[in-house]
Amino acid sequence: MESIKDKVAIVGMGCTKFGELWDKSIEDLIVDACYEAFEDSKIEPKDIQMAWYGSLYSFTGLHLARALKLDFIPITRIENFCAGGQETLRNACYAVACGACDIALACGVEKTKDHRGGFGLNIQEPLDRSMAQWDIPPASQFAQYATRYFNHYHDYYKWDIEGFRRILAKIDVKNHHNGTLSPKAHFQREITEEDVLNAPIVSWPLGLFDACGMSDGGAAAIVTTPKIAKSLKKDYILVKGLGVAVGAGQSYMQPEFDFVHIPETEAAGKLAYSQAGVTNPRKEISLALVHDCFSITELLICEDLGFSPRGKAPEDIKAGRFTLEGEQPVNTDGGLKCFGHPLSASGIRMTYEAYNQLLGRAGPRQVKNARLALTHNVGSNVGIHIGAVSIWGLPD
Amino acid sequence: MVGITSYGAYVPLFRLDRKVVGGRGEKAICGFDEDSITMAVAAARDCLNGIDREAVEGLYFATTTPPYAEKLGAPIVAMGANLRRDIFATDFANSLRAGTSALKLALDTVKAGSAKKVLVAAADCRLGIPRSAFEQNCGDGACALLIGDTDAAVTVEASYSISDEIVDIWRPEGEKFVRYWEERFTATMGYLSVVREAVSGLMKKNNYKPSDFSKVVLYAPTDRRCAELARSLGFDAKTQLQNPLFDVMGNTGTAFPLMLLVAALEEAKAGDRILLASYGNGSDAFVFQVNKQIEKIRDRRGMKGHLASKKVITDYMRYLRWRGLLPMEPGVKTVEFYSAVAAWRERDQNLRLQGTRCQACGTVQFPPQRICTKCHAKDQMEPYYLSDKKGKIATYVGDHITPMPEMPTITAEVDFEGGGRMECYTTDTMLEQLAIGSVVEMTFRKMRVEDGVHIYFWKSTLPRT
Amino acid sequence: MESIAGKVAIVGMGCTKFGELWDKSFYDLIIDACYEAFEDAGLESKDIQAAWYGSRETGYTGTWLAGALKLEYIPVTRVENFCAGGQDVLRNACYGVASGVYDIALACGVEKCKDHNIGMSFLITNPFDRSMTEWALPPASQFGQYAIPYFRHYGLSDEEGRRILAKIAVKNHHNGTLNPKAHFQREITVEDVLNAPIISWPLGLYDACGVSDGCAAAIVTTPEIAKSLRKDYMLVKAQQIAVGGNQLKLQSGRDFHHIQENEEAAKKAYQEAGITNPRKEIDLAEVHDCFTITELLIYEGLGFSAPGKGPEDVEAGTFTLAGELPVNPDGGLKCFGHPISASGLRMTYEIYKQLQDKAGPRQVKNARIGLTHSLGGNLGQHICAISIFSMPD
Repeated sequence: MESIKDKVAIVGMGCTKFGELWDKSIEDLIVDACYEAFEDSKIEPKDIQMAWYGSLYSFTGLHLARALKLDFIPITRIENFCAGGQETLRNACYAVACGACDIALACGVEKTKDHRGGFGLNIQEPLDRSMAQWDIPPASQFAQYATRYFNHYHDYYKWDIEGFRRILAKIDVKNHHNGTLSPKAHFQREITEEDVLNAPIVSWPLGLFDACGMSDGGAAAIVTTPKIAKSLKKDYILVKGLGVAVGAGQSYMQPEFDFVHIPETEAAGKLAYSQAGVTNPRKEISLALVHDCFSITELLICEDLGFSPRGKAPEDIKAGRFTLEGEQPVNTDGGLKCFGHPLSASGIRMTYEAYNQLLGRAGPRQVKNARLALTHNVGSNVGIHIGAVSIWGLPD
Repeated sequence: MVGITSYGAYVPLFRLDRKVVGGRGEKAICGFDEDSITMAVAAARDCLNGIDREAVEGLYFATTTPPYAEKLGAPIVAMGANLRRDIFATDFANSLRAGTSALKLALDTVKAGSAKKVLVAAADCRLGIPRSAFEQNCGDGACALLIGDTDAAVTVEASYSISDEIVDIWRPEGEKFVRYWEERFTATMGYLSVVREAVSGLMKKNNYKPSDFSKVVLYAPTDRRCAELARSLGFDAKTQLQNPLFDVMGNTGTAFPLMLLVAALEEAKAGDRILLASYGNGSDAFVFQVNKQIEKIRDRRGMKGHLASKKVITDYMRYLRWRGLLPMEPGVKTVEFYSAVAAWRERDQNLRLQGTRCQACGTVQFPPQRICTKCHAKDQMEPYYLSDKKGKIATYVGDHITPMPEMPTITAEVDFEGGGRMECYTTDTMLEQLAIGSVVEMTFRKMRVEDGVHIYFWKSTLPRT
Repeated sequence: MESIAGKVAIVGMGCTKFGELWDKSFYDLIIDACYEAFEDAGLESKDIQAAWYGSRETGYTGTWLAGALKLEYIPVTRVENFCAGGQDVLRNACYGVASGVYDIALACGVEKCKDHNIGMSFLITNPFDRSMTEWALPPASQFGQYAIPYFRHYGLSDEEGRRILAKIAVKNHHNGTLNPKAHFQREITVEDVLNAPIISWPLGLYDACGVSDGCAAAIVTTPEIAKSLRKDYMLVKAQQIAVGGNQLKLQSGRDFHHIQENEEAAKKAYQEAGITNPRKEIDLAEVHDCFTITELLIYEGLGFSAPGKGPEDVEAGTFTLAGELPVNPDGGLKCFGHPISASGLRMTYEIYKQLQDKAGPRQVKNARIGLTHSLGGNLGQHICAISIFSMPD
């Protein structure tokens, strides 16, 4: 097994505004995101040799072919719930890295708001094909982590539920603040800790502001070999590591699982770090875009990815480590919370922020000396998560 | 002067042989994919043939059989007829008199200067309990009249209305079938009495005598009662009374008086004076004058054209299936979902049959595209409407799997004259009638009902005339 | 142009029986197919470093594959591409290995079509009609649109045309009887086909493939590792896909007697594999006979027959087991059955066994180069996947 490090470059990216885009169809989003990427990379649609299309709701890659009028090239549909975006990009990278093609397009799009009420799927017990057992929304899945974390570290932190929720609220406030600096984000308004604590409860102990937005949106990336990238432009980024890990129901069937970490995130992170040659993530990862579907998830991620030692994320959060001004900014563009979460687009939107940060184009959100940027998603339910971690950096 | 500047009508292709229900003649029945909205669109398009759609400033849609208890039908009809957005469009509902009420208000609207041209569209597809007299009597159809202030072919000399409260015919909310009291009561104290009051009131007020009228057009519950009413008013039922067309069409509800008016206008010449009276909780009566402009609108399919083209059905079960009165086996379904957001976004392409034409290379594409399929130019498209274009069949199939009340389901790829291609169902047609190269036209139909939403789109069909 | 030729090898394959497997869950099918592949390769599930999971309607995400096999926190990606999904799931696994990132990968495609009422579980709505207004058709009515234009263009009457199609069905049924894993195993006659109920004129019941449950899997690795495991591994020579951009339906005047996606994918695949005379160089092919008319058009699209000469070749028996270029020796979609995301891998399984000389009564002599072809989607919006395999030199 070799590393993917430095074998693939991203030469252009695009991202639509995310939000309630009632008057935009899937194909509008594809055209907008991909044409921004074409212009950014100076590559034309007819140069694309292969494409990967990420989508939860639509079948095959036909939308991509039809919207962009791609002439009879291979287009694969990738789907992996919330990790779909990164997976779409990952598979495109392997095709370039192995020499099957030189220039590939990866595009993830979701029209979540075409579904009544937004996130159209209550995810049923996935191994229950008779659909008898249960059917609970993501909020209730992830809330299970929150209840456990609160109890598990109760003796250490000596917190009451409000104290615990305040830690989570700090994450929400941070991401909302970052969203106001992010013109393409769905939500752009400041909130306070009080707003979070007083909001209606969605699935105890998580409230409305602990949950990310449901949005429409699309994002795209054009990938190629480093050699071709260099011949096209000076500003491109290189892949350093790609890790994915899927749960096989272990933590959901094994009584020992403690519910205060997500093994899929850990395993994916380990894989990506080893490919990138990262041994101390807390020091080496300049910024991260992580899967804050709920505030509790972001908290766990910081520990699972090694940004904070086990059990110590609340301290780092209190100290402001992960704010824009902190040592290790997390979700600089507002995160899923404020940018919004069109499932198969999110991973590529995160890469878009990583790309802009590394190339010094992030304006008011710019992190100084950004060298290695990490994107992370975790999808599906407890025990059967799909964890995806990608690490991007600049050419040496 | 204000009046009728154009007319159109629509009688469905199919006729039920009344022998099948113990009667005589034929009654017009709409196909399983038609309803009051689709028929109104068909009549409107007949009326507006060759007329600039942009000029229409209002639409009054009248029916007693709307698809929704709460939600306007007029905007759907307006889009099917490709009218502007900035018009006054509304429904007239609930009564057999709604069609003429819409006509009356359209005339007043234009006279008042609120609009220069208003389209009146009336349609009905009423249901009778199987094997009842009502079922024998009623038929399906639609009519459209364009009211304008210039070049009217038919002007109004006088009008008179009676509002009358009587529970003679009624349909409760949520029920399919009309209820009625005994005919001896409803005919004598309802129809005969009230229409007589309206017509004599009109004649007295304006000093008309019966011989002043070339034609008398009366709403008719039956042939017999209609002739009785005409005679009691002093008209000659043989020479003056417009044939109520029971043997070829049937009573088409709120569209009936207007459809009979169109039938009369198709035979009228300059100088004719026509009396029209409707009935339904009252009566609207009008006196019309025909002038020589009438010769300019002889090219409509109207009543004559539609009545002449027909397919007679003798299988009663087939009719019951079409009306949803016979439960059908649920067939294979799609796994996709209906989205109101997507439907809203796609309303122009779906209801107006709007495609795009590339301004760089001229290629017509349906549905609308941002990137041209031919030259790949981006965002250089203009709207292009296919609804009035004829086309030729490039290929077709007859499908026995898709669950429809009529099988096989025919699908065809249609190549339009002037450019553009589209895949669509082909309706009102048997497989044996088709070949590659067959000429077809587009017709506005109901695809299905999902989540209580009536989904409309276009199908191809062999031209009616 | 870049090429995958020679960079990836298949060292183990598995395939379940296809059919109405009421008592098997998709977990059962995954375990059966993948464990057959593990045994065949001499490997275990813990050797798999990354996996790709093909499913059209049998679950979102790759978690199902992980869950069935208890793969411990490795990457598992779901690939979906309608009927081309089986080949595409293999292709992405091959890129993962060829990139050097993974040494041993698993590709598995499964479908429980019969878990859905009536089997052909759904009507396909116009995929670009999000308001779901325009039409909803079963595949028979989509593919049926090729038939009449083909007959007319080449001067065949409907009767003549249907007879040619019937012979294709008869051939595939015969091949199915020699295949214990096939869903249907019975001979039929041309008369059976012509007299069968019409499902979408001019196609009748016997012109259409079976709807089935089933699963197939492949273990993919580098040629070096393959060599260390066995002598008779199979090399990938080409993997190409062509996706239509709806040209056929957006542009009036285009014809319906040939399928452009077939031609585009074939061109690229032959180039990638270095094939210049497919009729001579391809020893056997597994193609997408969802309907008999499709197989006829495929002969011409892939260059096995000259344009318009497909019927002659059918009459001459060119594509029968005993013929010059056996097509669908295992019974095809027609008789093996068509669990959507599994079919491409099942085709690969037959090529694999044939090239290894393990196809028993179906064995094609001197089988050195085999081709798989899948065609998903609708007219103008097809996904055509073509792969070419060979034994090591």
